[in-house]
Amino acid sequence: MLDKRIASLATAVAGIRDGSVVLISGFGSSGVPVELIDALIEQGAKDLTVVANNAGAGRSDVAKLLAMGRVKRIVCSYPRSAGSVVFEELYAAGKIELELVPQGTLSERMRAAGAGIGGFFTPTAAGTKLGEGKETRVIEGRPHVFEKPLHGDVALIKAELADRWGNCTYHLSARQFGPTMAMAADLTIVQARKVVDLGGIDPEHVVTPGIFVDRVVEVAEPQLAGQG
Amino acid sequence: MSAKSLTRDEIARRVARDIPDGAYVNLGIGLPTLVANYVPSDRDVIYHSENGILGMGPAPEKGKEDPDLINAGKQPVTLVPGAAIFHHTDAFAMIRGGHIDLALLGGMQVAANGDLANWATGDEKFPPAVGGAMDLGAGAASVWVLMDHTAKDGAPKILERCTFPLTAAGVVDRIYTNLAVIDVTSDGLLVREMAPGLEFDDLQKKTGAKIRLANDWRAISV
Repeated sequence: MLDKRIASLATAVAGIRDGSVVLISGFGSSGVPVELIDALIEQGAKDLTVVANNAGAGRSDVAKLLAMGRVKRIVCSYPRSAGSVVFEELYAAGKIELELVPQGTLSERMRAAGAGIGGFFTPTAAGTKLGEGKETRVIEGRPHVFEKPLHGDVALIKAELADRWGNCTYHLSARQFGPTMAMAADLTIVQARKVVDLGGIDPEHVVTPGIFVDRVVEVAEPQLAGQG
Repeated sequence: MSAKSLTRDEIARRVARDIPDGAYVNLGIGLPTLVANYVPSDRDVIYHSENGILGMGPAPEKGKEDPDLINAGKQPVTLVPGAAIFHHTDAFAMIRGGHIDLALLGGMQVAANGDLANWATGDEKFPPAVGGAMDLGAGAASVWVLMDHTAKDGAPKILERCTFPLTAAGVVDRIYTNLAVIDVTSDGLLVREMAPGLEFDDLQKKTGAKIRLANDWRAISV
């Protein structure tokens, strides 16, 4: 029997190793798997590379993981945003390495990893500081830069509904990076507001097919990110 | 008569008149967001948000906000009938694949060759952040920049070459400022409209690149 359901958050994050690349869904305070991040903090893995759109706000969840010194490197499109005090302090002190990636390139690099594509050429960032040092090719008269796939050891994702095979739906614009990150990691861990029976999600409405998901844990009343 | 400088809302109202019926439009953070308030209601303009929305509506009534329904600036929004929700990679395929007809962006500097700088000043004190700016600059079918004509200290923001780090090279089609509407053409900057009462020589003095006045130029009506 294929059953990806996990009874506790602690078991859901078991086995995440030091040095892992961890993809974390979310855009602002929406779609961030706060409870999985808290479980990862408890679990203790360190020297992590975090891939996320933002670098946390306030002192909770992503910001707390950073503040505890567990993250050596962050790959981000918009690390400096309202309340990103922890990241800014670490960055100013030289205690965290930043790889800044245009948002669409960040997402497409993870899609490439998930789809088995060894990179791609894009006009985004061509002729800019973020394109410097990258292989450049003129395609149909326009400079393009080469971008590599971005693969995760682990993905932590917030979903709305999930079933025991790992099929997922999302809630409104909390969907954003979830589906792409789910396909880009070796170990994809989903926290869902509700775990339903097989067939409880209309096949036409499945957003992330279960093949991309390894573990599912129910968090019935998830917190918004950046509230602590 | 002394020259009139447009307010932010007047710039937004002027831009709104030029947005075609049926256009798919991405509004940048800040001044561009105001444009939606002035688009004539008989036009179907479909607003895109980089976090996976087509058919974004106005801000919700107080108490009706949903923290999972926000725009690129993380402000609560609504959906109009016919709206669609999708994931981030699709949202950026719409941008990067040229499906978005028009991106309205804020600007720090624009150059006569259409280069845009709007993400960083090069000041190393602050950690950088780019978001979707480079994707929008490079990918949208048309890019219009909305900004003040000069910086707070009076320094021109329209230049022969940008001094700030570029967001995208050679992508700006049109510039709307508090003083003028300017097309970026292969022959350089062409002034289509000027603020009421403004003399061309005064506009040139406030512009760091050579500008030409279109034969059929008009005063901006707001």
